[in-house]
Formats: sequence, structure tokens, C-alpha cells
Amino acid sequence: MMRFSSNHFLFVIFFVVTLICTQNVHASEVVVYSARIEQLIKPMFDAFTKETGIKVRYTTDNEGALLARLQAEGKNTPADMLITVDAGNLWAASKAGLLKSVKSDVLENNIPLHLRDPNNEWFGLSVRARTIVYNTRKVEPRELSTYEDLADEKWHKRLCLRSSKKVYNQSLVAMMIAEHGEAETEKIIKGWVTNLATDPLPDDTKALEYVAAGKCDVTLVNTYYFGRLMSKDSNLPLAIFWPNQHGSGVHVNISGAGITRYGRNEKAAIQLLEYLSSAKAQNLFADLNMEYPANPTIKPDRFVATWGDFRQNPLNLIKAGELQTTAVKLMDRAGYK
Amino acid sequence: MAIWRFIPFTTAVTVLLPVVVVFSSFWVPTDDVWRHLVETTLLTLIINTAWLAFGVVIGTAILGVSLAWLTSVYEFPGRAFFSWALLLPLATPAYVTAFVALGLFDFTGPIQTSLRVWLDSDLSWFPDIRNRFGVIMILTLAFYPYVYLLARNAFMSQGRRSLEVAQSLGLNRRQGFFKVALPMARPWIASGIMLVLMETLADFGTVAVFNYDTFTTAIYKAWFSMFSLDAASQLASLLIILVFAVIVLEQQSRLKMQYAENKKSHRANRILLCGWKKWLVCGLVFVTLFAAFFLPIMQLSIWAIQSVTANFDFLRFGEFLWNSLILSFLAVLLVCLMAVVMVYVARRFSTTSIRYAIRIATIGYALPGTVLAIGIYMPMVWFDGKLNEWISYWIEIENGQLLQGTLITMLIAYLIRFMAVSYYPIDGAMQRVTRNIDEAALTFGVHGWAMISKVHFPILKPGIFTAATLVFIDVMKEMPITLMTRPFGWDTLAIRIFSLTSEGQWEQAALPAVTLVLAGLVPIIVFMRQTEH
Repeated sequence: MMRFSSNHFLFVIFFVVTLICTQNVHASEVVVYSARIEQLIKPMFDAFTKETGIKVRYTTDNEGALLARLQAEGKNTPADMLITVDAGNLWAASKAGLLKSVKSDVLENNIPLHLRDPNNEWFGLSVRARTIVYNTRKVEPRELSTYEDLADEKWHKRLCLRSSKKVYNQSLVAMMIAEHGEAETEKIIKGWVTNLATDPLPDDTKALEYVAAGKCDVTLVNTYYFGRLMSKDSNLPLAIFWPNQHGSGVHVNISGAGITRYGRNEKAAIQLLEYLSSAKAQNLFADLNMEYPANPTIKPDRFVATWGDFRQNPLNLIKAGELQTTAVKLMDRAGYK
Repeated sequence: MAIWRFIPFTTAVTVLLPVVVVFSSFWVPTDDVWRHLVETTLLTLIINTAWLAFGVVIGTAILGVSLAWLTSVYEFPGRAFFSWALLLPLATPAYVTAFVALGLFDFTGPIQTSLRVWLDSDLSWFPDIRNRFGVIMILTLAFYPYVYLLARNAFMSQGRRSLEVAQSLGLNRRQGFFKVALPMARPWIASGIMLVLMETLADFGTVAVFNYDTFTTAIYKAWFSMFSLDAASQLASLLIILVFAVIVLEQQSRLKMQYAENKKSHRANRILLCGWKKWLVCGLVFVTLFAAFFLPIMQLSIWAIQSVTANFDFLRFGEFLWNSLILSFLAVLLVCLMAVVMVYVARRFSTTSIRYAIRIATIGYALPGTVLAIGIYMPMVWFDGKLNEWISYWIEIENGQLLQGTLITMLIAYLIRFMAVSYYPIDGAMQRVTRNIDEAALTFGVHGWAMISKVHFPILKPGIFTAATLVFIDVMKEMPITLMTRPFGWDTLAIRIFSLTSEGQWEQAALPAVTLVLAGLVPIIVFMRQTEH
């Protein structure tokens, strides 16, 4: 008798759990898969719901997992929109046929050409600038010029870099390949590796701390990490330098989004995407993480603006995706760990 | 009866599914990625992984076994506290310990910074912990509790008595340990080490903090950076083959051994340590616990206090905690129940093929989390689709998802992930239930359910409690599967830690991390107290 009742017990638990968790789908709602974390998307979604009455449901995960998930779900996917924090993964999603081309004058007006897919399958929503940060006690700004110059031997044992496993560095190198070709870029990356003062570091914040503590003099980071660290301790001897201003411009990446191919709420999803690109949401989207608005008519946050204006690299970010694998291999060959 | 026979096979097949999914990539051509790996980093990866596995296995074996021996056989100041507190490092995710250790000891950490100021030197002699030795240290401190817990089960039930027997045979204590107690505890220690080995091979978080390249980093690089899930799966299959080889070797060497039951005639007394010895032991145990737990937790607590601002959303945070607890609780029920069933099946049909089949079913534990997660997710989505087609034949269902995004999917996924963690301790305990026990019980007319509840359960209890503790804590720490299978808007503490650390906000992640550790105390206190004598 006992064994049957224990089976029943389990069955009852399962049944109750299903009841609790099976959710109904509402007619006016958008389902979002996001690699951008909850804290950086929820405020905009809330504002959108308040304005339109359309509900937004979302789940977060890392972008590789989300892509694999979309692929596995195929036509049955509940997702209407995919948000990532880099262009490479949007390119990969588009290449795998997971995204849909969107015809929208609003988006085309709001988002500059180089920050969106030529086929309009994805759109940048905020700009992440990867730039040089230096130790103000040890480096004169006039010593600095370009990313490529950091391979020069005058920076021997003065450079700190984050690990090559982070997509930000992979995108940077991919864009360099697009500009200089593979052979030339490999030479530059080898130069960087020779100039390293210490093994590559696990994150941008660590790299900044190493520069501030004097282990090295310069590093390459996304500006919002600099912003976060400086707002905690404004006395740190760190400053931003905008490289390549007389050449190709500062390397930028995006946090962006695309509409999924098999989503069920396409209309509402496009409405959300347009909203996110609009003046109403752009500041919130960028400012929450001290990034730059993708919409060029919107001014960045006041603190961010104090770092000065800069010219972005106008090369279309699709290259960051197309050349990412090439970049990863190149960095492996150059011994950039 | 029919149901009982059905359950283990369904379970085994379910648990094996992701492994099959991973292996199915084997013949997909990915020459491109492979050629690149062979030409560049493959050799380094293999050497690094071998060193790491070797170092952590040796480290945890020595640390886990000696701590278990000390706390189960000797009496020294603080022993009662240490015997459960030594499990605490289990509740701190290894990569969190790694990050904190790096924060404290590397160039920009407080220790080196203050030394540089005091000594007015550049401190170039100070050892860098961002190397192989550092990773091995951190993983050893994070994973020793697996060995400790299982070895302690063995020693608690037989250690002191075996030592008495050894001494009656004229062996001294050291000989008694090496010649009697240690060989007798071997299956338990081996199981603990298997868990450590699998966790080490699957680890990504810790090696990423140290930027130490292993097989797992290559798997993720192939998948996330080179967009080749197939190449990643192929690399992962090699990991599985490696672990399988270890399992076969271990199983072969174990076959020759037979274990007799433990008579609970009387409880041997602990050996009282006196004078400097007791303080030495107390000191050593404390240092281990301090390095593995108190130091990281102190740093986390400081960050946690700093991160609580005026507009902190306690209600939401309480929801994360509640979700974590309820999920762990349900998973413990399911996973432990299934493990007990599996163990009984292995016992009932004690053929080699069934034993191997069951061991293979535990192999998923060695897969890097996200690889296993997608390996689980793909068949689930397929099954959900089929179920949907079948049901929509009668009823119209709008969104095409029935099981996805429900706790059922999550629980099945945890079952697959943590079968190993619950199987090994319960299997270890089952070794104590010998044929003669059953025969003796039968002669007294005890059989069927009464045999299980009155005879077997008391012997299995420590094993089940160990399994329950491990599963509870592991589920609470688990990230990739939770991320992929959770219902919309249903977040846990681990998810919170993930989302904060993925944006580099370690200070903010401290509060959920500390809470997770505190919640991990629940099973440790509930279960481990009961095995304490």
C-alpha cells in the first residue's frame, strides 16, 4: 500500500506545480529573450506597458544559450524579440535564420546605418564605446594616439588587457581585421601581447584597477566600467582617451535587438522596438548603464558627457559578426589568452 | 510491481538523453574548428586540464579524508562545530570564492596594496595567484566537502571500530588508518572523488576568473565565440569518454572487494587528544575552514552590507529566496527518490550491464553546465511539440507550449543534472546492506515494504541525508539549467547572482550570494545534525 501512496504524493505535487506555473498567453503582449540583464531592461518595459497597455514578459540568459534555445524551439518559440549586448550574436542569430527583417521608417530614422543590420534584421539600441584608459600620473595624453599604436615598443610592459574570451575584445579585433586585413591585424595583436605587463585579466574593472594601482599604464575598456569605478572613487588617477580620432574612429559595439522569425506578436514587438529607439526610451536605455544612446539626436547622460565627444567608427557592425571567428583564431595564434 | 520496474528504465533513459544529444554531433564535420585547435591551443588545453584534474583530485582527497578522519575519530576542542561547519564551503559557488580570493590576494587587493605602502617596495617577489597553483587551491577548497562528507559517512559508521580492531591486532593508530580504516572506506572516498573530478572538469566560472584555459573554456569558445555548437559538443563528448574511462577503471578495481556489514553492537568512543596535539588539530581544521569559508564570506558580507541601499526591494528579494528554497526542496524529493529507486534496481538485478548503465546515467554531471542545459532542452522542446500535436487533436492550444516554462521541466532537468550527486552517497550506503542482513531479516519474517522501512532505511539514512544535503545546495547554486528552463519572471538567488556578475557588479552580487550560503545552512543543520554522534 505504501508504495502507491508515495506515488500519489508525487503525482499530487506535480499536478499542483503545473497548475501554479502554467501561464496563459494574453493577446496584447510581447515576449522577450534578453541577454541584457533585468535591471537594464525592466524600467523601459514598465514604461512601455504604462503607455501602451501591452504587457512585456521576458527571460534573461547568456546570449549563446538564448540563441541555441531559439533554434531548438524553432516554430514553437514563445519569443517575439531577442536582445543582446553585442552585435556579433545578433549577426549569428540572423545568420541562423532566427530573425526577421523589419520595415519601419521610425527605426530607420532613429538608428544610424552603421548600428543596424543592412537587411534590417537587428538594430542597435545603445552604443558601447571601447576606448583607451590611462594612468594620469604615468602617461601624457599626447603619448597616445590609436589602438594600433599600443603595439609599439614604447608601451613595452605598460599595457593591461582583458581576456580575449570576452566578446568585446573579439568584436574590436574583428573590426580591425575589416579595416587592416588579417596579416596586419595579427602583427598588431602580437605587439599588444608583447607589451603586456601582466597576464590578461578576467574583466574590465580589474584592468582599470591594475592601471590605477600602477601595475600598467594603459588599457582598453568599455567606458561604462570606467564610469562605474569613477563614480565610486573619483580620486582614482584614471582618464579616458579617445583613439583613432584622425583615422577610423573609436570602436563601438551595441546592445541591440531583433524581431524573431517565428514570434506570434510581431506587431506589438515592432511597436516595442520602435519605442526603445525613440526619444522617450533612449535616455533610460543608455543612462541606466552609462552607455551612449544609439539615436544620435539624444544626448548622453550628464556624467557620461563629461568624458567628451568622440567620433565613432562608421564601419557597419555586421563585420563584427562576420569576422568574429577569424578574430578568435587570430588571437589564439597571436598568443592572446 | 509493474510501475516499479518501469520507473528506473524511464529515469535512466531520460537521464541519458542529453548525453545522446551531445554525442549525436560526433559525425558532423567541424574540421575548421578542430584544425585550428590542433594548430594552436589543444596541447595546452589538455595539459592544463590534466594538471587541474590531477591537482584537485589529490588535494580534495588528502584534505577531505584527513578532515573526515579527524572529526569522526578524535575528540578535540570545537569538534562538534567543525564536523558540520566543514560542509559550509559547499554552499559558496566556487567562482565566487575565486573572485573574492583574487580580489584579496592579487596586485590590486588590500593585502598587496598595504604591503606595498608599508614596505615601500614594488613587491615583485609576491607570488601571483593567477596561475595553475591558484586555481587548484581554490577548487580544492571549494570541492573538498564532497570527499569529506562521503568519507565521514564511512568513518562514522566504522572508523572507530575498525581502529579498535586494528589495535587489538597489534597495529598502531597510523597502521590502523592505512591498513584497515582507509581500505574499508574506499568505495565512499572513490565516490566523493568521482564527484569532485566531474565538477572540476565541468567548471567554467572559476577557470574564467583565473583566465586559465581548459577543455571547458575551449568548449565555450567553440560554441559562443566561433558559433559552432557541434564542435563544442564534440569536445564535450571527449570529456564524457574520459570520465567513462575513469568509471570503468574504478568499477573494475572495486569488483574484487567485498564489504561486510557493520554491526551496531556498541559505539566506540572517540579518542581524546590532549595537550598540544588537540590545539594543533583544532588549529589546522580552523585554518582550512577559515580559508575555504570565513574569509570569502567576510568579504562578501562587507560588500553585501554596502550594497543595501535605501530603496532596496526586500519583497522582491524575499521572492528570490523563496523560489530558491522551494525549488531545492522539490528537487531533493524527486532526485533522492529516483536515486533510491535506481540503487534498488542495481541491487536487485546486479548484472554488470545494469550497473554500467546506471553509472553512465550519472555521467552528465561532468558536462559543462550550459552544454548539459541545451542537451536537456532540445529533447524537451521536441517532446513538448509532440505532446502538443497530440493534445491539439482534441483541444485547441494557443501557444504551443505545455511543459516548457513549468516547474516540471525544471525538476526533470535537475534530475538529469544531479542524479550523480544523489546516486553515489545512497549507493555507498547500500553497500552496507549486505545479503546476510536481508537473509537474517527474512528468517525473522520481515520482508517487502517492512524490510525496506525497518531494516534498510536506518542503514541507508545517512546516505540519503548526505544526498539530500548535496542536492539541495547544488540545485540552489545551479545556473545554466535554471536560466534556460525557468518560467518567465521566475527568478532565484542564483539567477540574481548570474545577472549581476555577468555585468561585473560583484559587490551587488554579494547579498544574494551571502543569502544563498545562509539558505544552504538549512539542509546542513537539518540533515547533518542527525548523523552526528
